[in-house]
Amino acid sequence: MKKNPRFYIALWVSKAVMLLQRLLGMNASYFPGKLAIKLCPDFLGRIDKPGTVITVTGTNGKTTCCNMIIDVLTANGCDVLNNRAGSNIDAGVASSLIAAASLGGHVKQKIAVLEVDERSSLRIYPYVHPDYTVCTNLFRDSIQRNAHPEFIFSVIEKALPDDTHLILNADDPISFRLKRNNPRSYFSIARLPSDREECINIINDARVCPDCGHTPEYEYVRYHHIGKMHCPNCGLSSPTPDFLASPDFENGRFTVRTAEGEESYPMISGSIFNVYNQVTTVSLLRTFGLSSESIAESFEHMHIVKSRYTSTEEDGIKVVTNMTKGQNPVACSIVFDYMRSEPGSKEIILMLDDATYKKTTEIMTWIYDADFELLNDESIKRIVACGVRTNDYHLRLLLAGVPEEKIRCVRLETDAPKELSLCGTDKVFILHDLTTPKLTASVKSGVIEEIKKRKAEVSHED
Amino acid sequence: MKIEILYPEAANLFGDCWNHRYLRECMPEAEFVETHFDDVPAFASEDVSLIIMGAMTERAQEWAIERLLPYKDRLRELVEGGTVFLMTANAGEVFCEYIENEDGTRINGLGIVPLHAKRDMMHRHNAVMLCNFEGMELVGFKAEFSTLYGDNSDFGFAKVRYGTGINPASDIEGVRINNFFSTAMVGPFLMMNPGFVKYLMRLLGVAEPKLRHEELITAAYEDRLSDVKRMSEKKR
Repeated sequence: MKKNPRFYIALWVSKAVMLLQRLLGMNASYFPGKLAIKLCPDFLGRIDKPGTVITVTGTNGKTTCCNMIIDVLTANGCDVLNNRAGSNIDAGVASSLIAAASLGGHVKQKIAVLEVDERSSLRIYPYVHPDYTVCTNLFRDSIQRNAHPEFIFSVIEKALPDDTHLILNADDPISFRLKRNNPRSYFSIARLPSDREECINIINDARVCPDCGHTPEYEYVRYHHIGKMHCPNCGLSSPTPDFLASPDFENGRFTVRTAEGEESYPMISGSIFNVYNQVTTVSLLRTFGLSSESIAESFEHMHIVKSRYTSTEEDGIKVVTNMTKGQNPVACSIVFDYMRSEPGSKEIILMLDDATYKKTTEIMTWIYDADFELLNDESIKRIVACGVRTNDYHLRLLLAGVPEEKIRCVRLETDAPKELSLCGTDKVFILHDLTTPKLTASVKSGVIEEIKKRKAEVSHED
Repeated sequence: MKIEILYPEAANLFGDCWNHRYLRECMPEAEFVETHFDDVPAFASEDVSLIIMGAMTERAQEWAIERLLPYKDRLRELVEGGTVFLMTANAGEVFCEYIENEDGTRINGLGIVPLHAKRDMMHRHNAVMLCNFEGMELVGFKAEFSTLYGDNSDFGFAKVRYGTGINPASDIEGVRINNFFSTAMVGPFLMMNPGFVKYLMRLLGVAEPKLRHEELITAAYEDRLSDVKRMSEKKR
């Protein structure tokens, strides 16, 4: 698309607004792009894009994967245009391009790595042609917005160009079917000792074959619909992976087998879903042409973003904050499973209310899709449910089989630390929603204070 | 008492499997039968007390229609005979005359409910709901791509006080024909409405229904009811 006067007006006005917002100390990640698209609806098509465009989409893990890809490329000397400071919808992508563009609408970067919200695909891909698209997985997400994975699949399927090289999860029977005629590379994690014959999760969106509706057969199920399957009726089956990872959790490393041989990488975090994120990143970057040594070297210096995961130790008790997106039952279930499998005696503060609904009412269907049953574990000594929906969480925990005596309920999140037993506890997990970063920090401080207070009380008694 | 759950492997979106899971908790003596897409339904050859089906994808709706069409007359007979049905979210559309896609193409339904559905896949209709049903205040949520059209004023399920009826212009929610109940509300619907669970149990012959965790489910319901009433008053 050629640049026209309308485009230049939109670009200059939005750049001026962006400058003004920055001078005022405001976050300029969304509004300038929104304004530019309002002034020039095909703005995204007219602005220059770098020569190589990589997009990352999918229900879970896209932000982490996107950050990893950007970090590895940057560590290897690339100047990467990206939208990690802003939103992943069309306005966010436009803002990132506006920020990087000259007054003539040109960008100097050779590579763009853009996180794309699945639902926004139809507004982005007609204008931004990705050379590579990563789809991490497709799961149930917010029912108001994303409905169900079949719908999201159809949106991405319709929007993606026919020649984009796809990096797909061979273990996900929903997303590995995307754009069947496009060039593609598959990644997978080899069978693990913890894999099961049958799904134990409430949600399994491939309990019927996504192609024909008949009952598929699973060689193994990892979690939800992730696993290795084939359908005896229509023949749909998990594809052979181009990148097959084998994690060694004990030594904190994983290997990736490719047609060229075996490569070894350090694990950034010991959870299976972060291994998936790393394998996804390796698959994209190896397909893109980066050497395994360069990727492994970058992984050595990487950490999970602090807003999503923090860990502090106080008097021998590990205090962990873990972002657990409410409204996203699969993300919650994965975190519950991770917590359950962590060694030691644990206590949990559940503060999963979405702050944006505090004055109205929040659609709570997701708590009935999330596997609270995983919290019914001997190693979990206490669960403090807090927030305005505490009765909903209390009921859900009881229905999950968690004994009443393990449950405490408080309406005010800041009252939660006082409800912890902190007796023989090795870890306190604070599970929080995306919308409550300040409150989370305050609850975390409260937990640390409570640990100190209890220690002082014990010393005093002694 | 036999309770048949239709297609639980697919009709389970938005926590809807908890409608029957909770009934199991409240009625441990009842027999629950799960009928999958590859099975012959229990209702085809025997009497069942309750038939339940929940939220599903649009493709699953079409698969459900395909599987149920051979039993259309039997289903009509059961509806007319007073068998209890609970259809939540878009499950009730399967019983309508047809479902129309955006391009005008139609999928014929079972034709038992004289309404039709229209899909609009690019616009999700979400609503918080407050309705009156036989002296009860029902709460719930709607999250749907399709809405129903036609006149349900003679066989509506509940009068809407906040939210929308079968479509944005309607103030009558759902369908009630004898003991056939259909509502687009999710929540899951029974988990949101302990009063309706008791009503349903009475219809099934339980003289003094007792709910599992009754005090707590009622407290959660009252919290939500007061939230929705506040929203409704603010709107006024």
